[in-house]
Amino acid sequence: MNPIATIISRQQFFAGMDDALIERIAGCAAEKQFDQDEVIFREGESADRFFVILEGQIAVKIHGVQRGDIMIQTLDAGDVLGWSWLVPPYQKQFSAQATLPSRALVFDGAILRRMCEGDHDLGYDMLKRFIRVIAARLQATRLQLIDVYASEK
Amino acid sequence: MASNAVADPLVSRPWRVKRRIREAHDTFTLEIESRAGESFPFTAGQFNMLHVHGVGEVPISISSNPAETALIRHTTREVGPVTKAMRKLDAGDTIGVRGPMGVGWPIEAIEGRDVVLVAGGIGLAPLRPALYRLIAEREKYGKIVLLYGTRSPQDILFKHELEHWRAQFDLEIHVTVDRAIGTWRGHVGVVTTLIARAPFDPLETVALVCGPEIMMRYTLMELGRRGVRESDMYLSMERNMKCGIGTCGHCQMGPFFVCRDGPVFNYAQIKWLLGKAEV
Repeated sequence: MNPIATIISRQQFFAGMDDALIERIAGCAAEKQFDQDEVIFREGESADRFFVILEGQIAVKIHGVQRGDIMIQTLDAGDVLGWSWLVPPYQKQFSAQATLPSRALVFDGAILRRMCEGDHDLGYDMLKRFIRVIAARLQATRLQLIDVYASEK
Repeated sequence: MASNAVADPLVSRPWRVKRRIREAHDTFTLEIESRAGESFPFTAGQFNMLHVHGVGEVPISISSNPAETALIRHTTREVGPVTKAMRKLDAGDTIGVRGPMGVGWPIEAIEGRDVVLVAGGIGLAPLRPALYRLIAEREKYGKIVLLYGTRSPQDILFKHELEHWRAQFDLEIHVTVDRAIGTWRGHVGVVTTLIARAPFDPLETVALVCGPEIMMRYTLMELGRRGVRESDMYLSMERNMKCGIGTCGHCQMGPFFVCRDGPVFNYAQIKWLLGKAEV
């Protein structure tokens, strides 16, 4: 296994993935460092990458003209950042900024998308992994939406 | 006759407000002492019925250290007429007290175990006495982890104490907020998102959970996913408590009276009642 494939295979997100598939997706992945406060992507940009965080912390933000940047989520080692690469029109819905010095695996979503279209076993495997992340985020978002810490009376 | 009247659990005793402490924009702590100079032993997790003359009475958990029995603290959010009136009380004012009431956290029974406390919003207040107890006898427990979620950095309760505890090497304190602006560098997300990566061994862990009921339901589910046994999860329930001694039935939940049999329950005992609408 090449070094990137080895790192991928150690991530919980890819647990149980076939070695041959890991080798294939490793071809469109690289490791990248981010300084504290470095902006990783901005709302509205083309969504051609996603990230698996290896170290540090990354904040997901939305910008309000009056309110400035509002942090709506932080992600830590092991978490996946970004799924807009899977959903047309492939555009980032939020911004992301490192709140600590961070390190992540960066995947080229555009290439991976084409690989998934060409190999539905890979596509289905990737979708199953992402749907778990999306479902967990949806549940967390619903709890935030109902202001879960408010008194129920 | 007078001594019998004082011992009557339905008769409140007059206590003096020593201090009111602002904790957050809608949350405050009342520090009170007995006008008769009585000592007030209580168990972590118990509550008092607090009476504001001419306004009404509400159940409020005790939020102070069980080792300090002369000055008692209650931390509450301003949500109704009684707590609004309580917020106007100042040093020297009188407040009626009935208690302590109910069943608290099983602090002695969990000696030797890892303890994970999960608090949501004002739910940190009833857990604070448990934390004091665990810290006071630190050597009797394994890992102690507090996971605390609240709306925003401005809503964090007991900030100085949390900072102090976090600086200790034998406590894990993780705080998360629903949203943040400005200089916040901590975690953002609901408290359930902290459970998956919190440092504890699920099979060695006892969880103490307190917060609004929806938050507790999702927390218990997440603890279960992590592998904590249902019989090792405890939660503090909130219902419409009136008499405080299990006679009036206002807080009845299935076969239980929350004021008498709780507010702290074992999850396995009441799992089937969670999420059911109040009668």
